[in-house]
Amino acid sequence: MKMNLYNAMAVRIQRRWRGYRIRKYCFNYFYLKEYLKAVSETNDAIREALEEFAEMKEREEKKADLEREEKKRDYQARKTHYLLSTKQIPGIYNSPFRKDPDPWELRLQKAKPLTYQRSKVKQKRCISLSSWLACTSARSFPRSEILPPIDRKQCQGPFRDITEVLEQRYKPLEPTLWVAEPISELKVAREEFRRQEWMRDVNDNMFLPFSSYHKNKKYTPLMHSSSKYGPNSYGSQHFRDENPKKWICDKDFQTVLPSFDLFSKYGKLYSKAGQII
Amino acid sequence: MSQRQVLQVFEQYQKARTQFVQMVAELATRPQNIETLQNAGVMSLLRPLLLDVVPTIQQTAALALGRLANYNDDLAEAVVKGDILPQLVYSLAEQNRFYKKAAAFVLRAVGKHSPQLAQAIVDCGALDTLVICLEDFDPGVKEAAAWALGYIARHNAELSQAVVDAGAVPLLVLCIQEPEIALKRIAASALSDISKHSPELAQTVVDAGAIAHLAQMILNPDSKLKRQVLSVLSQIAKHSVDLAEMVVEAEIFPVVLTCLKDKDEYVKKNASTLIREIAKHTPELSQLIVNAGGVAAVIDCIGSCKGNIRLPGIMMLGYVAAHSENLAMAVIISKGVPQLSVCLSEEPEDHIKAAAAWALGQIGRHTPEHARAVAVTNTLPVLLSLYMSTESSEDLQVKSKKAIKSILQKCTYLPALEPFLYDAPPNILKHVVGQFSKVLPHDSKARRLFVTSGGLKKVQEIKAEPGSLLQEYINSINNCYPEEIVRYYSPGYSDTLLQRVDSYQPLTH
Repeated sequence: MKMNLYNAMAVRIQRRWRGYRIRKYCFNYFYLKEYLKAVSETNDAIREALEEFAEMKEREEKKADLEREEKKRDYQARKTHYLLSTKQIPGIYNSPFRKDPDPWELRLQKAKPLTYQRSKVKQKRCISLSSWLACTSARSFPRSEILPPIDRKQCQGPFRDITEVLEQRYKPLEPTLWVAEPISELKVAREEFRRQEWMRDVNDNMFLPFSSYHKNKKYTPLMHSSSKYGPNSYGSQHFRDENPKKWICDKDFQTVLPSFDLFSKYGKLYSKAGQII
Repeated sequence: MSQRQVLQVFEQYQKARTQFVQMVAELATRPQNIETLQNAGVMSLLRPLLLDVVPTIQQTAALALGRLANYNDDLAEAVVKGDILPQLVYSLAEQNRFYKKAAAFVLRAVGKHSPQLAQAIVDCGALDTLVICLEDFDPGVKEAAAWALGYIARHNAELSQAVVDAGAVPLLVLCIQEPEIALKRIAASALSDISKHSPELAQTVVDAGAIAHLAQMILNPDSKLKRQVLSVLSQIAKHSVDLAEMVVEAEIFPVVLTCLKDKDEYVKKNASTLIREIAKHTPELSQLIVNAGGVAAVIDCIGSCKGNIRLPGIMMLGYVAAHSENLAMAVIISKGVPQLSVCLSEEPEDHIKAAAAWALGQIGRHTPEHARAVAVTNTLPVLLSLYMSTESSEDLQVKSKKAIKSILQKCTYLPALEPFLYDAPPNILKHVVGQFSKVLPHDSKARRLFVTSGGLKKVQEIKAEPGSLLQEYINSINNCYPEEIVRYYSPGYSDTLLQRVDSYQPLTH
């Protein structure tokens, strides 16, 4: 008899429980709303970030474009440097009927003239000894600004003479023969001389005698050497037939021998027994 | 004759050969000359020059052959029939790098036209030599070999398998790591061609450790490289859930979203293809993409391009929305529906319209909220017109019909349904009237609006077979209103009234 009551009550409880379960676990409306809000916030953030990124890329591109334009204009100005106006003749960009000169005129004034032959060889100048010495002595042997007093009293004790000490301390570098007189000195001197002559030259082209005036045929090189697939390097770059199996050791012949420093130490040894100094 | 004169004869001959072969190579760069060259029988003349003593002539002859074979497949077949390939393959192993580049170019030019020609290349044993060329130290040789392998593997799965069996994949992955950009591009494109055919091939590429390197290269500024890298990743991810998960684990999100903002159109297209291939597998992967903000990025990308570039993005939205209603709601709140309706109306191509219609259908089919979100943007009339128009292709008609049906079955937004009463064909009208019959009994304001807007009148004019579903719906609508109103709006009511006037006898005093 009571079963009916129990069943009715059980239905009520189950109804409540099922509602709770669905609302909490299967379809949580508020969680869904939160999730959608979070998604839309993430979307906005991503949209902003992507816009910024696109803007940054555009800015960079514009900057690169501007720089390229600037370089091109600068190159043009350097090439057409001769169009600059002189004192006598106003140039084409500086018409006398205009109030202000054309902006190209100012650009031409600022530009450095473009030399036809751009010597790309940056010659390694061998630093001459005097300058190197001066620079090392200035750095590694620092001298004070004020000179030591003239009459310095000798310190009491078994000390050496102050002048001797200073002499030893500030002794200049004594390079060996190998360094002082390098073996390619003659070649270097020749190069130096040639450089100075070139500086003074007005025109770099070789002066041809008039008898060669009509000899203007261009030299046609061999197809072998001018094809882009390259010639065989044997016969032009190396001529010897090498047989590595017959080599005794893996070092080649020395073409330049180092000097030996017998004569550089002449008269400079500490020992006074020989009394040559 | 003196020795010098004898040698001079040989020198002249060599000069003549060199000049001939260089001129042929130059003429072969222009398409209009190639017909003439073919008719003059250039193939049979070039073939012995491949075996010439002078290396320059060999290389130039190979280059000329490559350019000729590149032009059309008849010439490529002539190369195959002339037994040139075995000689090329044999010398490929021995000669210097210029010859290797030229020979690889010939193999590529022959292999790109059709699967049969590519099979001929595989049959003469070129794959092993090409793989050896991939190990060469010169990047130009590697590039030429990788290009040839890519073109061979492009055609079908068997050829791809042959390329993989020759051991090309680990070497291609090494090539990707090289500093030269051109080599990276070609190696990526070759990997893409290999992995696109089947999951096993894609798995081979993944096992060689390609994904990590490819994921790093997404950040590279070169746009052609990005195109190829995104293409490889999408070809890998498209086959199965595991592969797609592996691609995602390489942490491509959210970096891939920056590619959607790239200037190059094809980078955008390949990036949205990659995201689509990842999203289509499971709801979890789509969820991942939504959580990373990918949906908003794709919607912006769709807005910024036109034509075929948009297509993968539209499909991606459809796939995401198809998985579940929460994801469809996420697409809706990211403002996807207005963008899709813009695509639907402005695109001229039918297949893009069909994709947009399908995507809208997937979004709107879940619940009345979703259907309302779609209906509010006034896309339903557009869909209807596409369905009814005779110019739309069959695919477009089918997809728009399905979309309309699925949206209408959930739509309770009456202002959007009303226009349908007037122009819809009978099979759609049935659903529209059905929706009205579901909504009207419960909403009095809607009933009033229905009467004043002339909807009730239209419903009365619908002729339905008695006993059909449509008649039942009409009856249930009529039951919502008092009888006088129904009779007032029924057709022919004015005639009955006039009849009554005619038959009325006024009372005379």
